[in-house]
Amino acid sequence: MDKAFSQIYKIQGGNIYNAGKASTEIKSILKQLGINSFIIRRVAIAAYEAEMNVVMYAKHATMTFEVTPKQINIIVEDEGPGIADVSLAMQEGYSTATPEMREMGFGAGMGLPNIKRNSDSFKIESVVGKGIKLEIKININ
Amino acid sequence: MKLKEIVKKLKLSVRCGENNLDRDVTGGCASDMLSNVIAYSKKGDVWTTIQIHANIVAVAVLKELAAIIIVQGREPADDTIQKAKEENIPLLVSKLSAYEVVGKMYELGVGRN
Ligand SMILES: Nc1ncnc2c1ncn2[C@@H]1O[C@H](COP(=O)(O)OP(=O)(O)O)[C@@H](O)[C@H]1O
Ligand SMILES: [Mg+2]
Repeated sequence: MDKAFSQIYKIQGGNIYNAGKASTEIKSILKQLGINSFIIRRVAIAAYEAEMNVVMYAKHATMTFEVTPKQINIIVEDEGPGIADVSLAMQEGYSTATPEMREMGFGAGMGLPNIKRNSDSFKIESVVGKGIKLEIKININ
Repeated sequence: MKLKEIVKKLKLSVRCGENNLDRDVTGGCASDMLSNVIAYSKKGDVWTTIQIHANIVAVAVLKELAAIIIVQGREPADDTIQKAKEENIPLLVSKLSAYEVVGKMYELGVGRN
């Protein structure tokens, strides 16, 4: 597959204030590439929610961002606790966010559902005690 | 409706974005949960919330919201104002509760986008 663009971001867990950097950059790259704004918004939402989850729950992650002629791929591999029950985590409203995070407006339990809703293909793999891998694909047309 | 009309009628204080008050507001959303706003807000909405930290600006940029109204007399943090300036997101504040602010906006005709 021809790659028009590819970039790897490192995301550090722990500091909520640092979150949103990778997704902001991804958004501006897609703008420069002239991608349609509806698609950009879907990608940015998925990337932001994935980034937030790394910051809130994992130690660190790499986010691989690829633009091919047909689709945009975001692959997030983190090192962290993983998710024991993935189908429970996918339910809207389920969250293990701390009271402090909730007070700040995180922990609506809608991040993973938001990612799924905004992607054309979404895969999640988890190994408890090791981490999770998200594969998000969004079609350009 | 123009944002500046809402600012005037609701007597909002402008913490940043004075130069962006000419923009159109097409609807509104009210929530303190960020992912909820990400899921349900629409482009051009004015967002009413009690959150004051910089992540609200990221959410507003992500969803191309018209402005953020911080209610109950809360003040945006300094880095929130800084980021909002950089991203051209007007930050407005009100002493009223979210319930009252949203009610007044509905009376003005700002409904669900
Ligand atoms: N990267 C991750 N590592 C470990 N657990 C995660 C990760 N992402 C999500 N989770 C778990 O899945 C739950 C639901 O995630 P999400 O839908 O994003 O909602 P929220 O972040 O608001 O809790 C989280 O509360 C957490 O328990
Ligand atoms: Mg989340």
